[in-house]
Amino acid sequence: MQSVMKSVLPVGIVGYGAYIPRYRIKATEIANLWRGEQAGNQLPVKQKSVPGPDEDTITMSIEAAQNALKRAEIDPRLIRAVWIGSESHPYAVKPSGTVVAQALGITPATTGGDFEFACKAGTEAMQAAFGIVGSGMAGYALAIGMDTAQGRPGDALEYTAAAGGAAFIMGPAENALAVLEGSFSYVTDTPDFFRRNYQKYPEHGNRFTGDPAYFHHIRSAATTIMEQLYLKPEDFSHVVFHQPNKKFPVKIARELGFSEAQYSTGLLSTEIGNTYAGSSILGLTAILDGAKAGDRILLVSFGSGAGSDAFCFKLTERITDVRDKTLKTADYVQRSAFVNYSMYARLRAKIRKS
Amino acid sequence: MDIPRYWRLKNQRYHLEGSVCQNCGHQSFPSRPLCPQCKSKDLKSVRFNGKGIVYSYTILYQTSERYEGYVPYVVALIDLEDGPRITAQLTDVDLNQVKIGMPVEMVIRKYFEEGETGPIVYGYKFRPVFSKQDLTEPPIK
Repeated sequence: MQSVMKSVLPVGIVGYGAYIPRYRIKATEIANLWRGEQAGNQLPVKQKSVPGPDEDTITMSIEAAQNALKRAEIDPRLIRAVWIGSESHPYAVKPSGTVVAQALGITPATTGGDFEFACKAGTEAMQAAFGIVGSGMAGYALAIGMDTAQGRPGDALEYTAAAGGAAFIMGPAENALAVLEGSFSYVTDTPDFFRRNYQKYPEHGNRFTGDPAYFHHIRSAATTIMEQLYLKPEDFSHVVFHQPNKKFPVKIARELGFSEAQYSTGLLSTEIGNTYAGSSILGLTAILDGAKAGDRILLVSFGSGAGSDAFCFKLTERITDVRDKTLKTADYVQRSAFVNYSMYARLRAKIRKS
Repeated sequence: MDIPRYWRLKNQRYHLEGSVCQNCGHQSFPSRPLCPQCKSKDLKSVRFNGKGIVYSYTILYQTSERYEGYVPYVVALIDLEDGPRITAQLTDVDLNQVKIGMPVEMVIRKYFEEGETGPIVYGYKFRPVFSKQDLTEPPIK
């Protein structure tokens, strides 16, 4: 029986924040190095974000969470969970959440753990955060999806593997800017993309990542949640899907019956690339920056391995009160300093010195 | 490895925690056990707000191995809005963008990794104030 998930207590998002580093590399700059005369062929995105030399999942999570706290307007010590989803945690053993919780003044009465589920690690943390608040165990919980994704030089993923993400503070529905109407998660054993221990770059199944992986899981999660909540595509003001490129999210949006007006606000991949665990949820922050009370939003992530988390949100009046309290996603998207491939190789530690 | 020291300094590095003398009001960063001005031992911890302006700066080209990844980079003397003059690395800035009087704000960034196996050390750095976008030049005071 596939039924939608609902919490015991009504819950929602009380604060949200984005972060994208300032550096960018154009896809043509990468193509010129590897593709020779075929460099002009279709590229998956226009450009992608690149982390600075002193940035990682921990530092970027701190800034996104600081933005979320400014909008949540709560004492950070009320937060009882700091859960960060990423495939690029700086430590193999020592949770990123420990540093983030300390830096935000959330410590010590909190849980802190790392989530890992490829590109849906962030929404996995969100599901758990809604659960701990919705059960009454915690007043507030912080869920973050953040990545500094790596693509093997010359590989298709090098054009899109980017850096950035978003943070969400979950809390009671009466304080929420977006109330959770329901969620649904769909997971199978589908090895479309993975990274083994001690490997720097992931492996992927090329076209296999499409139909059996991305499209099947998103389609299944999206159709189930809509059926279970008795909603149709036209009931949503905005929709956002995981965006590994531009083509995939546009294709699934159209297949499910959504229009460009519904999917365009949350589609950021052409400008910043695929921020992995941050990808679909950065799109959600871009939507929240512009949407209005009463708007309904569908968010469906995808993580290789594989699975999708689907969430249905309805916005409250509080969105207009808090969205201007800090930087918006568009501010980070527009802030851009372009680097050439040499500087990119240096920033991404692709140059071996020993 | 210097783990006890990193642990002890976390409030200084994450929260810009210094001290203020309860006798004469002198502010210190890092915090001190004894007021350098009036020698009072009655000091209280205070967290500065992380906003300031560049008093002066220098560009580093030769540095220790830990900081090689940032070369060339800027270290600035920063007059804090609500505190003393401190020294910090600037980040997210082009060398030709740095000016005396430039408004800056604190961010938490990586300092260094202690070799291949040691801890990763984080703390305050400063960047040009990112009020909207840094598409426009920050105002010069």
